[in-house]
Amino acid sequence: MGFEKFGRKSFTAVTKMAKFVDLLAEGKIEGTICKDCGAKFFPPRADCAKCLSKNMDWFEMPKKGKLETFTTAYYAPFGFEGDPPYTMGVVDFGGGQKLFARLSKDIKPEEVKVGMDVTIRPLKYDDNQLSFEITKA
Amino acid sequence: MKEVAVIGVGQSSFVRGYEGSIRELAFEAFREAMQDAGITQKDVDASIFCSAPEYDKQRSPAGVLAEYLGLIPQPTFYVESVCSSSSTGVKVGYSMIKSGLHDVVVVLGFQKMSEITSAESQERMGRGADIQWEAPFGTMMPAYYALYAQAYMAKHGLTHDDLMSVRIKASTYGVINERAVYRKAVKPEDFKQGDPEAKMAGPVAWPLRVGDCCANADGSSCIILVNTEKAKALSKRPVWILGIGAASEAVNMAARPDFTKGLSVGYAAASQAYKMAGITPKNVKVAEVHDCFTIAEIMAYEGLGFAPMGEGKQLIREKTTYKEGRIPVNVDGGLLSKGHPIGATGGSQIRTIVLQLRGEAGPMQVAGEPDIGLVHNIGGVGLYGNVTIFGR
Repeated sequence: MGFEKFGRKSFTAVTKMAKFVDLLAEGKIEGTICKDCGAKFFPPRADCAKCLSKNMDWFEMPKKGKLETFTTAYYAPFGFEGDPPYTMGVVDFGGGQKLFARLSKDIKPEEVKVGMDVTIRPLKYDDNQLSFEITKA
Repeated sequence: MKEVAVIGVGQSSFVRGYEGSIRELAFEAFREAMQDAGITQKDVDASIFCSAPEYDKQRSPAGVLAEYLGLIPQPTFYVESVCSSSSTGVKVGYSMIKSGLHDVVVVLGFQKMSEITSAESQERMGRGADIQWEAPFGTMMPAYYALYAQAYMAKHGLTHDDLMSVRIKASTYGVINERAVYRKAVKPEDFKQGDPEAKMAGPVAWPLRVGDCCANADGSSCIILVNTEKAKALSKRPVWILGIGAASEAVNMAARPDFTKGLSVGYAAASQAYKMAGITPKNVKVAEVHDCFTIAEIMAYEGLGFAPMGEGKQLIREKTTYKEGRIPVNVDGGLLSKGHPIGATGGSQIRTIVLQLRGEAGPMQVAGEPDIGLVHNIGGVGLYGNVTIFGR
């Protein structure tokens, strides 16, 4: 399985991080951690920007975080025309770990607030694309 | 530090659907800048061309444009940092002159956004940030700035009326700037929610509305840079580059430190430029800031030290940044009304400040003979930040 399976529509087919999609299929949302210096990255990276090591391992992202910010898109780029409105946001898990994703459709727009408790979960679209989303804690 | 001067500035009208090719568009700004400087192509040692390449059908435009402008066989090349490309070009030109490699350098920014269809343009917009990890969610430029707006508004009490006030200020000067793409006045009723006639009110990426977003445009700008010797020989009214700052930031939103504090590159570039110029924000008499969205102007006030963090709203509420205020900002209409032809924007901002410092800004002229002006030019969603300080 290649990286073209990631997200609503992927613009990247080949990456050393294609395993991220396999992990999503297993129900896991994982970042990478440098085995040499311990730096953690999400989105995951094949290479450590801190110590230049290529010696990386996977780690599971935290589940509980707070919604740091969000926006609801009423227009969409080419290829996403059928999707609006959809809400995207940033989750802050603390300790410098954050994640960007869409918010689940099961959160009503009027319920979305900066600072609300949220969690994350893998997501499979009808066309079998794999992603992850932010939902209520 | 008076070592590199601007002796010529030019800009095309910013328009929707320029009736000509990119080389003809580039010629408009170039001709005006050369006439302004009073020099010929023989005086020019090198040229730098700046744009966002995804809009151009022409690959490697520098050589093609240099030939059209009569700048061959001098060296030429291309510089890109998306919306701040021509500020980056000026920084590179400054370095070439300061190193002693060249005496006279032409920096030309251009963008024909209508070179491609709107469907093509939308796709490129969607890929304007992290294509591997964010574009698959359906991101676009207004949505990114909306993330900053949402967090900032929640923390600092900034309101939709404040954002509207930024747009109204921009339109005040778009009306009097003959080169602006959007020349109509904007009124509060244009933002009235639920009124189908209110064309600025529709949501784009909430909390940002149509009226919070800048105008796409086709346009070109040209800045002619020279060393001290040439400035004295060729120009009666050189404007000097006193300080330059530039910075970069992580592309992914998950790596941004704090959405309530604005763009980190704005702060970093400003502090470098102030230090190099040996001045403080209080010394700045007129400024051009990167108002691609209304929220960006408020964040810029704080990044540049015109207001404390969280207090940028006071400057728009008290009209401090109007032409008659303590620190006039974007009195040429800004990106919101003058327009934002990506690669040409930084050069156009610089042209405005140079004209202000020479007292030649016409109906937009700030009173009191301003002696120091500042340009703040951001690339991407705070991916690149550039601040350049000018003085007489």
